[in-house]
Amino acid sequence: MVKFLPLKQAVAENLNSSDTAAFEGFTHLIPTAAAHEAIRQGFRDLTLVRMTPDLIYDQMIGMGMAKKIVFSYVGNPGVGLLRRARDAIENGFPRSIEIEEHSHAGMANAYEAGAAGLPCAVFRGYRGAGLAAVNPNIKSVTCPFTGEVLAAVPSIRPDVTFIHAQKADRKGNVLVEGIIGIQKEAVLAAKRAVVTVEEVVDNFDDLHPNLTVLPRWTIAAISVVPGGSHPSYAHGYYARDNAAYLEWDEIAADRDKFQAWMQANVMEKSADDFEGRVEHLRKAA
Amino acid sequence: MSDSPDFTPNEMMTIAASRALRNDDVCFVGIGAPSAACNVARLTHAPDITLIYESGTIGTAPDVLPLSIGDGELCETAVTTVAVPEMFRYWLQGGRISIGFLGAAQLDKFGNINTTVIGDYFHPKTRLPGGGGAPEIATSSKEIYITMAQTKRGMVEKIDFFTSFGHGEGGDHRKRLGIDTSGPTLLITDLAIWKPDPVSKEFTVVSLHPGVTRQQVQESCGWVVKFAEALDETPPPSELELKTLRDLQARTKAAHEGTGKAKAA
Repeated sequence: MVKFLPLKQAVAENLNSSDTAAFEGFTHLIPTAAAHEAIRQGFRDLTLVRMTPDLIYDQMIGMGMAKKIVFSYVGNPGVGLLRRARDAIENGFPRSIEIEEHSHAGMANAYEAGAAGLPCAVFRGYRGAGLAAVNPNIKSVTCPFTGEVLAAVPSIRPDVTFIHAQKADRKGNVLVEGIIGIQKEAVLAAKRAVVTVEEVVDNFDDLHPNLTVLPRWTIAAISVVPGGSHPSYAHGYYARDNAAYLEWDEIAADRDKFQAWMQANVMEKSADDFEGRVEHLRKAA
Repeated sequence: MSDSPDFTPNEMMTIAASRALRNDDVCFVGIGAPSAACNVARLTHAPDITLIYESGTIGTAPDVLPLSIGDGELCETAVTTVAVPEMFRYWLQGGRISIGFLGAAQLDKFGNINTTVIGDYFHPKTRLPGGGGAPEIATSSKEIYITMAQTKRGMVEKIDFFTSFGHGEGGDHRKRLGIDTSGPTLLITDLAIWKPDPVSKEFTVVSLHPGVTRQQVQESCGWVVKFAEALDETPPPSELELKTLRDLQARTKAAHEGTGKAKAA
């Protein structure tokens, strides 16, 4: 049953070195605070799964925590490349990492299959695409009814998924709204799920009946971290800090600059620092 | 030309691309140049166009161009926002998209696109972001439009990686792979409008933008360019088109810089 925990404890209880972990958020609701806590606790040899491994995976890869990444778009959305991820893939710095690359359709289907308890996902994809030749986990199956050849990829089943969400009620049910991305599937596909939220409210009595609510018994731990998604955003709370994404390009371009930034902004900080980072973004939301 | 306002090649590209979209299109929008073109279309001749971004936002009408495919603006102005698996399964794979609008880092003459790596996949010279939604957009949308500024590095004889499949080796290659959608039917660059040859599927210049010469098109393209016999001149941007694009870009610039006041985490 779900526990309300300080983030430090929620991460310590649910993440282990060598785990397969997903820190999901499709541009919106990225669990930055949880990722930073994982960085402070120094886990190693992680297999990091995410459709769009943007800044937080760039940071975790740059800190040498990743053994492997599974992804479908390894870029800084709208800005360009991820320079720490590039350094690892191109130069093996600070360590070499394995990559397993898919398309968005492949990853989305694989998460959905994980949530559905299936061993694999079947869809119409990768036709003519080079990925099928370089990723041995992209295979094909023939439809037994029509004979159509379809793509198959193994389902994604993380040991632990971290997401950020707008709010929990006092019982620990969680509401996700806006661009819901892959949040629900990533939680239901995982063995354990940790959710950071902007706030806790008394109850969800006044919610529209069809909103995306994750029942409390699907979640291991909830931590209240206002601003915990910055520089991503939380719909209804604060806007995306686009300038921070632009700045990251410069920070991550240089190994020393990156280390200094991580020291000052992650290693020497805590989850409590996130609230102040979104203050100037609240009006815009 | 004398009555037309001054414009840059990039503005001509975006505006020419916007003209290709129709009011009843359902368009899956790639980020960057396609996003600007699609929104200029919506703000000028195609007010009812359905713009879809891969973050799940359907029928969105942003006031400023999103920096990412998942900016809040897209959701706030959308008819509905669906989960990402639904986006790719029901709406794209389900055959609901009339136009997939893509950009490219590397493009060949058959409309095959590389946004994955420069060099060898396992030992890349440059690791690019990869395909994201593009591999399935390229094969599940009824048609594909491509827009990019011309450079010899970008438009190459042979791409390093097939991120998304265009016409493959040309001819009926799509059909041979069992792909029944049309694939790339239009390429809009900063210099010209190109369409695939009906048989070979090789992109052929059908219209030069105002003031552009054949030589300029050839000099910034890595393959030997074919030109249509009846070569048109692209009509220059109208004042309304230019004003719409420039206003949109000014609003976008202000919005993206406006969030940068505090030092970020």
